[in-house]
Amino acid sequence: MTVVRHAFDEELQLLQDELLAMGSYVEQMLDHAVQSLCNRDEELAKEIVRRDDVVDEMDVNIEMHCLRLLALQQPMARDLRLIGTVLKTITDLERIGDHSVDIAKAAIQLKDYPNIIQLVDVPLMKEKVCAMIRGGLDSFTKHDLEMAYDVCDMDNEVDKLYRRMRRAIIAAMQINPTNLEASTLMLLVIYYLERCADHAVNVAERVVFVETGVLRQLAASHSGTWTPEENGDNNSSEP
Amino acid sequence: MATVMFRRQEEVTAPPQPKISTRNLNVYYGSFHAIKDVNLDILPNHITALIGPSGCGKSTFLRCLNRMNDLIEGARVEGSVTLDGEEVNSPRTDVVALRRRVGMVFQRPNPFPMSIYDNVAYGPRIHGIRRRSVLNEIVERSLRQAALWDEVKDKLRQSALALSGGQQQRLCIARVLAVEPEVLLMDEPASALDPTATFRIEELMQELKSRYTIVIVTHNMQQAARVSQFTGFFYKGELYEFGETAKIFTNPDRRETEDYIRGRFG
Repeated sequence: MTVVRHAFDEELQLLQDELLAMGSYVEQMLDHAVQSLCNRDEELAKEIVRRDDVVDEMDVNIEMHCLRLLALQQPMARDLRLIGTVLKTITDLERIGDHSVDIAKAAIQLKDYPNIIQLVDVPLMKEKVCAMIRGGLDSFTKHDLEMAYDVCDMDNEVDKLYRRMRRAIIAAMQINPTNLEASTLMLLVIYYLERCADHAVNVAERVVFVETGVLRQLAASHSGTWTPEENGDNNSSEP
Repeated sequence: MATVMFRRQEEVTAPPQPKISTRNLNVYYGSFHAIKDVNLDILPNHITALIGPSGCGKSTFLRCLNRMNDLIEGARVEGSVTLDGEEVNSPRTDVVALRRRVGMVFQRPNPFPMSIYDNVAYGPRIHGIRRRSVLNEIVERSLRQAALWDEVKDKLRQSALALSGGQQQRLCIARVLAVEPEVLLMDEPASALDPTATFRIEELMQELKSRYTIVIVTHNMQQAARVSQFTGFFYKGELYEFGETAKIFTNPDRRETEDYIRGRFG
């Protein structure tokens, strides 16, 4: 069977490259945002805030590219799922960029509170989340379902880490109720990281959709099997 | 775990009895095996689209449904085609009555060289209707159903050949509707029309499907996707895949279907 749509295939490849560029950019933003927090590097944090404009521009450009292909090429089946997935995924990536900015802004406010920053192992959580973002994007380019499922599994680890860190920060707040505002900011930082992991799961779910045509909620925290215990809203022991 | 497929444009509740069924249908043109063991159920009051590359057998299949292949020299049809459970290929079948029940619209508008009125009244007259008032009523009703009445009501005595291509095609549809068919077979009904006329035909099909069973052969996949509820993909004389249109165009089961609708077919 002969491939007869070279120009369209090239456009689709270009679209995927643009998506990967955006994904790499926001992953680096998240990495640098956590660096700016841990190193109390205000200049880097301010630089992260400025990068938000770049992400927004990428978001708009890719969306326009998708709409152009939908209008001009009338994609079907896998091509249609691919373009639909890119349209959805740029929103997830854009949110990761937003959360990176949120963390950078928190870093600026927390620069005088090293003890609170060191309450929990934020770099560890960031490493896991960045690995999930990379995994989602790699599974997309390699059409690798196993890799996509791995990303969903990693979300459980991040969720557990988040709950543990949250309890640690709340416990510290109860022991020493001074600096409540700074501690609350740290709670938000780990929440933003946890949300970034959820966006990475969305990306992985879309990879499964492109490859199989079936759209599923793959991570336990997305699938309706969630219980209050998992949110740490009671006094249960460590998960 | 929730599984969400593409939401369908229109809920399809399949009535139990198909309007037309084919079983082990084979067609030969001399030694050429044009249709191979096609089994297909066509549901009433739905639009079924048949797609596939040139020479795949979709038009040949369409012609089996009202025995138009009888008119092609060297054509041989084997297997079963039933209309409401009655065998179409039986020697006892009244072919004229069959073609009244199963009308056909062709690729190129083919109005007769006579007036608009006489084109529409032609079929009813053949079937013995002579009373002027009855014919008037049939002509108006048919032209209204074909969404042409408002454009031609003041010039019914003018030649049909003076109409535009899109109007001529709607006139041909009115001509078929005038004999009150149950099934409309449409063989590339819009391929010779401009985009505006094409959309009018597609709109018309949506209006007609509540009263008729429609089967359309089209090379235009976007048209198949827009108008039909079910789609069959023909390839090399075989029905490779048949299913709900939304499924076929978003996630077909077979690789050949996928390649064809994505335009990756050599």
